[in-house]
Amino acid sequence: MKTKFILLIIFSLFLFSKLSFSEDLKLENKINKNLRCLICQGQSIYDSQSDFAESMKIVVKQKINSGMNEEEIYSFFKMQYGEWILYDPQFNTKNFVLWLLPIVVFLAGGIIILSKFGVLKKR
Amino acid sequence: MKKKYYKFSIITFFIFVFLIFYYGLNQKNLYTPEDIIVKKFPNLLLNDFYSFNETSLDNILIDSNYYLINIWSSWCLPCREEHPYLVQLKKNSLIKIIGINYKDKKDNALKFLDEFENPYTHILSDTNGTASIEIGAYGVPESFILNKKKEIIKKIIGPIDKKKFNEIIELLKNEN
Repeated sequence: MKTKFILLIIFSLFLFSKLSFSEDLKLENKINKNLRCLICQGQSIYDSQSDFAESMKIVVKQKINSGMNEEEIYSFFKMQYGEWILYDPQFNTKNFVLWLLPIVVFLAGGIIILSKFGVLKKR
Repeated sequence: MKKKYYKFSIITFFIFVFLIFYYGLNQKNLYTPEDIIVKKFPNLLLNDFYSFNETSLDNILIDSNYYLINIWSSWCLPCREEHPYLVQLKKNSLIKIIGINYKDKKDNALKFLDEFENPYTHILSDTNGTASIEIGAYGVPESFILNKKKEIIKKIIGPIDKKKFNEIIELLKNEN
C-alpha cells in the first residue's frame, strides 16, 4: 500500500513537471508565431528557418527561462526592432484609423440601410 | 441623366482603384528601420574568438573615443566587399574596430582574416547568433558606431560602401 502511494506521488510529480514543460513550450510557440522574421519578412520566426530566425527562437527560449513573461518579451523586441516586429500590433495613435474604420463603416452602413427602409422615420 | 451619373461614378471608381494599386505597387515594401536606434549599447557576455574565454563587452570598450562594432562572417559575401573599408578605417586612430563573428566556423574565419587582413582589435564569437539579436541586428554584415559613452551614434545595415565610409569619416571629424 505504502509503495503504491509513493509510486503514485512520483508519477503525479512526473506528470506535473511534464505539464509545466508543455506550458512553456506553448508560450514559446505562441510568441514565436507573433514575431516577424527579419530576413523573410512575410513569415513568422516560427515558420522560418533562416539563421536570424533560429537565433531569435533561442533568445525567446532564454528569456522565458529567465522568467520574463510574454509582455516583457514583446517589449524587449519592440525596443530593439520597433513595433513592426510584432504580427499583432497594439492600438495606438498611429493606427487607430485602421482599427476603427471597419466599425465606423459598419455603423454608417447600418444607418443607411435603416433609413432606406424607413425604420428610422417611423418613430 | 441618371445613366450618365452611373457611368461617371463607375469610371471614377476604376480610376481611383487604378491609382491606389499603381502607387501601392511602386512603393518599396521591404522594411529597414534605420531610424530606430537603441541609445545605449547593451553589455553582453561573449566568448573570445581566439581563446574562447568568456569576456564582457564592457571590458573591451574602454580606451578609445569611438568604436565600430562589426558583425561579420566568412560565409557572407557582402562582408568581403566591405572588408577593404574596414582595413582602411583601421588606420584612423580615433576609432577601434571590434568584430563579432556571427555563426561561423573558426577555421573558415581564420582563413578569411588571413586572406583579407585583420582590421579588428578584438574579435568575439557569436556561435548561436543570440548576441546579434540582443544588439538588435538585422543581418550580416551590420555595423554600429559607438561613442565613448557606449551610445550608438550610427547604425549601418548592410555592407559599408564608399559612400558610407565617407559618412563615417565625416562623423569622426565633426564630433571632434
